[in-house]
Amino acid sequence: MATDQLTPTRSSGTAAPAPRTRWRIDARYQPVLGTVVVLAVMLAVGGSRYENFLTGRVMANVLINNSFLVVLAVGMTFVILTGGIDLSVGAVVALSGCISAWMFTHGWSAGITIPVCVLVGTLVGLVVGVMVHVFEIQPFIATLAAMFLARGLCYLVAPESIPITDPTIVKLSQTRWGTDDGLVITPSGVIALAVVAIAFVVLHYTRFGRTVYAIGGSEQSARLMGLPVARTKVLVYVISGTCAGLGGLLFAIFSRSGYSLTGVGMELDAIAAVVIGGTLLTGGSGFVLGSVLGVAVLGLIQTIITFQGTLSSWWTKIVIGALLLVFVVLQRLLVLRRR
Amino acid sequence: MTTSPTAIPPDQPDQPGEPDRPDARDREPVVAMTGITVTFPGVKALDGVDLRLFPGEVHALMGENGAGKSTLIKALTGVYAVDAGTIVVDGTARTFAGPAQAQAAGISTVYQEVNLCDNLSVAENVMLGHEVRRAGLVDFRGTRRAAREHLRALNLDIDPASTLSSHSLAVQQLVAICRAMVVDARVLILDEPTSSLDVDEVERLFAVVRDLRGRGVAILFVSHFLEQVYAISDRMTVLRNGTLVGEYRTADLPRVELVQKMIGRSLEVLEQLEEAPKRVAAERGVQPYVQALGLGRKGSIEPFDLDVYPGEVVGLAGLLGSGRTELARLLYGADRSDVGELRVEGQPTRLRTPRAALARRIVYSSESRKTEGIIGDLTVRENIVLGLQAERGWLRRIPQRKADEVVAQYVEQLGIRPADPDAIAGNLSGGNQQKVLLARWLATQPRLLLLDEPTRGIDVGAKAEIQRLVAELAEQGMAVVFISAELEEVLRLSHRIAVMRDRRKIGELVNGDDVTTDDVVDLIASGGQDA
Amino acid sequence: MNLGAIARHRLFWPLVALVLLLVASALKSPAFLEVTVRDGHLFGGPVDILRRSSVLLLVALGMTLVIATRGIDLSVGAVMAIAGAVALSQIAASPDPGALSTVLLAMATALAVALAVGVFNGFLVAVVGIQPIVATLIFMTAGRGIAMLITGGQITTVTSAPYKTIASGYWLGLPVAALIAAFVFGVTALLTRRTALGVLIESVGINPSASRLAGVRARTIIWTVYVICAAFACIAGFIKSSDIMAADSNNAGLFIELDAILAVVIGGTSLAGGKFSLTGTLVGSLVITTLTLSITILGIPVNAVSLFKALVVIAVCLLQSPVVQHRMRSRRRRVAPVPVEVPA
Repeated sequence: MATDQLTPTRSSGTAAPAPRTRWRIDARYQPVLGTVVVLAVMLAVGGSRYENFLTGRVMANVLINNSFLVVLAVGMTFVILTGGIDLSVGAVVALSGCISAWMFTHGWSAGITIPVCVLVGTLVGLVVGVMVHVFEIQPFIATLAAMFLARGLCYLVAPESIPITDPTIVKLSQTRWGTDDGLVITPSGVIALAVVAIAFVVLHYTRFGRTVYAIGGSEQSARLMGLPVARTKVLVYVISGTCAGLGGLLFAIFSRSGYSLTGVGMELDAIAAVVIGGTLLTGGSGFVLGSVLGVAVLGLIQTIITFQGTLSSWWTKIVIGALLLVFVVLQRLLVLRRR
Repeated sequence: MTTSPTAIPPDQPDQPGEPDRPDARDREPVVAMTGITVTFPGVKALDGVDLRLFPGEVHALMGENGAGKSTLIKALTGVYAVDAGTIVVDGTARTFAGPAQAQAAGISTVYQEVNLCDNLSVAENVMLGHEVRRAGLVDFRGTRRAAREHLRALNLDIDPASTLSSHSLAVQQLVAICRAMVVDARVLILDEPTSSLDVDEVERLFAVVRDLRGRGVAILFVSHFLEQVYAISDRMTVLRNGTLVGEYRTADLPRVELVQKMIGRSLEVLEQLEEAPKRVAAERGVQPYVQALGLGRKGSIEPFDLDVYPGEVVGLAGLLGSGRTELARLLYGADRSDVGELRVEGQPTRLRTPRAALARRIVYSSESRKTEGIIGDLTVRENIVLGLQAERGWLRRIPQRKADEVVAQYVEQLGIRPADPDAIAGNLSGGNQQKVLLARWLATQPRLLLLDEPTRGIDVGAKAEIQRLVAELAEQGMAVVFISAELEEVLRLSHRIAVMRDRRKIGELVNGDDVTTDDVVDLIASGGQDA
Repeated sequence: MNLGAIARHRLFWPLVALVLLLVASALKSPAFLEVTVRDGHLFGGPVDILRRSSVLLLVALGMTLVIATRGIDLSVGAVMAIAGAVALSQIAASPDPGALSTVLLAMATALAVALAVGVFNGFLVAVVGIQPIVATLIFMTAGRGIAMLITGGQITTVTSAPYKTIASGYWLGLPVAALIAAFVFGVTALLTRRTALGVLIESVGINPSASRLAGVRARTIIWTVYVICAAFACIAGFIKSSDIMAADSNNAGLFIELDAILAVVIGGTSLAGGKFSLTGTLVGSLVITTLTLSITILGIPVNAVSLFKALVVIAVCLLQSPVVQHRMRSRRRRVAPVPVEVPA
């Protein structure tokens, strides 16, 4: 990542020459480490209990089935890193899907429809950013309003589920690249991975990304340091909205339909993935790769429950809730200990 | 619009003219603010104030709390819009829309509470917004190297990759200055930079400041420590109640005169303030009301012993951050002690919460009135009865009539203005908020009153009244612990003085007419070795 | 009080909205505002609004107290689902579903479970120190799973006259549901304004650390409001499940937390905590319920309701936003050079 992953303990202050060279994990990586451990345990448990669990096919499916969630979680990470929250992403996914379905049934080509449905998310994000920044409305309420707005628009665009028959989308949904033993990847998966890579570079290697972290650390300080706080804050919501628009496209490819009730509660999954991925909801600490791991944890929970067969689907929710509990309590303890 | 460097306010006959530093004499001021007026709803925060900064000087901005120092700084850096007046930087009139623009023009500010991001590394804090980039992307190695060079330039040898939060406040302050220098600041504003530093750290900071002055940087230094101002500054501008008192050469202005100019009262009033609280002879009881035996808390304050008898005022002297507040908080149960014993009236007691202390008639008035004292949106009445109400629990609401009685009594006795119990407490002036807090605590009939900086940031009149009240309360048999950064005040009121340094109680003085501030300062400086 | 002062009152715009909605509905369907007596029961638009708003009002009342302490409770919808699931599965499993004792016992069990959730939420927020939005997110996610676990993933339906009374019964000519909500509203008002609880909640919400130093049991108070909020959500869950006589774990109280937060905000209680207004919350709940009802009357598709909610949220937030308020105030000052009162 940005700085050395492992750093020796360093003397604080200047006077004390503490030559302790014991290698220790930087405090910033501890939450993510927790995620890695959980992931490893799940893989080990799954692999030992079920045959065919640790196969390329299963792992590829975790990514393919959750590619839209990966994109959403990446966008959400930006917002949460600044200390905000975005409740509108689930509704934007639905809106983007509905609009694409509506446009396809009205004869628009994929070349126009696809950019439009991503830009719809961008637009919603821009509106949210302006509400948060210019009118100083709390992100919670502003994105709540955007959520209602997007859902309402969905019903206007597509009161019923609209199937998508556009050849491009169909092709995208059916394409598989990979080996015969199941280690495959779909265009959606590729898009998701590309988004992760871009987000990683943007967050860690651009001034904008570093400003995102600075705002999460202390917005007032960032402002007094002369950083472009206003622009950055609006931009994170634009990014999250765009990711949601793109997520909506991926979901439309996945389900080959546009439906106004798509993605209900998906924002919670995205937030859960980010939190489980080790990002602090207070902002300023966390990694986009952590959020990807968080999505992987959520995906594996579902996979294990499917493999088990006897477990009912509602256990997914309960386990996610329990994991959330463990992670937020652990994060809290870490913060307390660091003080 | 340009201002000639020799323009001197005509109503300032004692204007000493140009600074005597030779390299500054012939130069144009790098910043010239003229006739600056800033209005807030209902208040004129600044009224026609001038300020000139020359390259290579340390200029002190002096004034009491509320004189308009920080407003002037914020007007310069574009945080506040200026209603009238001009700001000329390098000969051109400028208006900054915010700190970012001011920074771009070479004016950087380091604030009292270090405004950096402690979740990021030192290197990032120094370089944020100016990172070394390669092909548009941040080059972390290069950035760290650049940061290290900038840090070295200030003789600061710390690892740029370490997290900022792992360093002491003093180092963070220096990092903030380092950041200011990265942008090639030609004007550096230091707003109360020393208030949380110890003597050595202040020296270190001053070394850096002198070095920067030598490099031609104009430094605007704001501090309420007179000694430091005289140690470092070349010239000073004095403000009072939002107006300009004058511009002086530090060497030409004796301390007494400076204080008079800042306070703006005739000597009569000053004498009255001197006279106000007479230290009464201690008629202390036989048994201390509270007795701390090796009481301490890890990372907060080393174990200490302290007795406070009924009817006496124990002053806590020491620099900011010396552990005065921490000691008081342990006695109040605001923090929990982890070693030692506390006895209240001879009984060993564990104070786990403020409530427990309240039940034993111990109260604590915090130094941060805004964040730990007043409940801003509640009324004066609700604020005053809050302590009483908390003690009774939520079920037993204080009857309206009784609340009115209590409130009326203290509004009258302490002279709270406006005398309207339904006024919103947050809208009161600092002095009156302090009185509301005192009323809250006095209403609970305490036996031990812990006062942490009760007179900070309030006007002289209110200050005298509060001092008088403290003396009276002790006379009536209350035990008082009095904390103040102003040694004179501590000396005037206390029967005994506990001296603090580096989070330790280093000694105790029995106060008498022969004890002077110098004795206390000596004790602090020597660390109690020869006391 | 002059006109200007009335217009500046916190509840002025919400009340205007309420009246406009009622007038619009009445214009479209003149019978809307008529109240008739049928079988000794009151019927008509206004009665319907009261009955339907009871669920939202109950949840919003608890939410008001939580928000006043700077908190938020996202788990209320899940608690409603759990309450319905516990009560109905117990009634369904009993040999005598129609007996009053069965129903009361089932409700007591459900209330106990809801209180446990409240205690859990309060513990995380007040003792562990987790941000309210995250702490309650846990049960928001897990709660519906637990409700389904209780009902075995089925929509449990029962036939039980006493339980049906909660939502569909009438007493003294008025719907029982509305009476329950009114009763809870009254109790909450008494509890917060006749004791010191209200002022202590506000004090904790405005300045937690100052309150603690003043000797207020901040922790206990924060803990208490989450328990109260869960209890009220539980009662709302009873009404909801009694309405359809089924425990639908997936849909019971879905998104109610958002409506409740909206009602609180419309009522003038700031999400930043501090001063709260129960009357404001009442008005807010009525506005939202009326909005939903009016939209059907006006012939707009029911599903578009959320679009209107969005407009209401945005309008209310913009009106309350510091920027707009500042603008409006300075404009007022320019028009009339009378000193502007300090807004209380």
